[in-house]
Amino acid sequence: MATEHALTPSGYIEHHLSFNSLSIGNGSFWTINVDTLVMSVALGMIAMGLIWLVSRGATAGVPTKRQAFMELVFDFVDDQVKNIYHGNRHTFIAPAALTVFIWVFMMNAMDFLPIDIVAKYIVEPIGGEHTFWRSVPTSDINTTFALALTVWFLMIFFAIKSKGLGGWIHELFCSPFGTNPLIWPANFLFNLIEYVSKPLSHSLRLFGNMYAGEVIFLLLGLWAATGVTGTIAGAILGAGWSIFHILIVALQAFIFMMLTVVYLAMAQESH
Amino acid sequence: MDINFTLVAQAIAFFVLIVFTMKFVWPPLLNAIETRQKEIADGLAAGEKGRAELEQSSKRASEALTEAKVKASEILALAEKRATQIVEDAKGTAKAEGDRIITGARAEIEQEINRAKEGLRQQVSTLAIAGAEKILRKEIDAKAHAEILTAIAKEL
Repeated sequence: MATEHALTPSGYIEHHLSFNSLSIGNGSFWTINVDTLVMSVALGMIAMGLIWLVSRGATAGVPTKRQAFMELVFDFVDDQVKNIYHGNRHTFIAPAALTVFIWVFMMNAMDFLPIDIVAKYIVEPIGGEHTFWRSVPTSDINTTFALALTVWFLMIFFAIKSKGLGGWIHELFCSPFGTNPLIWPANFLFNLIEYVSKPLSHSLRLFGNMYAGEVIFLLLGLWAATGVTGTIAGAILGAGWSIFHILIVALQAFIFMMLTVVYLAMAQESH
Repeated sequence: MDINFTLVAQAIAFFVLIVFTMKFVWPPLLNAIETRQKEIADGLAAGEKGRAELEQSSKRASEALTEAKVKASEILALAEKRATQIVEDAKGTAKAEGDRIITGARAEIEQEINRAKEGLRQQVSTLAIAGAEKILRKEIDAKAHAEILTAIAKEL
């Protein structure tokens, strides 16, 4: 990595918004953002592994505090799904919603870590000084798009599964306006827009929120360069923003989960 | 900000996580919660049943109590009646006994009187004979005049 050591504000921000990318082929597509991937997979394994450990020893009798907490989360997700989806939710939609909620929440929560802490104390001892490392996977558009696209494919899969391929194609052309061949193009265009806008709004909402949050943390961190007053002001405002960010982190994870459930539920309903 | 292969890797990771949750995390938690819900519902139903049973048995107990009270008062009345009867009987017996004793005493008195009268009669007849002897200055044949003497004695 050719890092500029120019200590300008834009250089600082650019540095902290660069991914630790690894090229695995020719072209810009064949690169992997190692930081995003490592953080997200590690968080997913830790979070779901913890729940797995608890659920493996789950008893129907008096629950331990840990189990009670997990059941609280479980019930919260299950309640949301129950209100939206009226089929057998326990086979797929509810576990998927739980996964999305926990995982996205954990990834969002990485925003609370001080900007350089992972880079300085975990990555630098391994990879050397000034290694790029962004610790919030959801502020990488690849992550949010990956999630949204997976949901999108699942959506199409469930639509075809519940209506049949013919039924799905029929719906593409015949809803929402009617079955008259003259308005088939209008119906198709309408559905096309819907199918394109769903993953876009789904992924960009989360990405935008987390990216903006990160940029604000960076700007507040930048304040420290102006001296003691700036450092104190930056620290106070940073604490304030962190507290407010708790809401955003939880809310965005919740919204992402709800949209996932709504999209998957809508796919299985016939218009 | 570029879309790159990370997207594919993340999608795979996401899918694996979903499958993991679906297979290993969700079912045991669901099972535990649903079993507990059923147990609680059963417990509540059993409690309700116990309450109903308690109510019924307390009703039965109060019924039995009332019945016992009625029976007790019946027995008490009977006993009172019996006691009165016994007292009456005793009174009757005592009266009869008293009468009998009085009758016996009367008879004895009568006998005693008769005996005294007899004694007196004999003495009077003896006295009369002695008096007559003295009057007549001669001996009277007791045997010849016995008939008269007896008649006199009887008149006394």
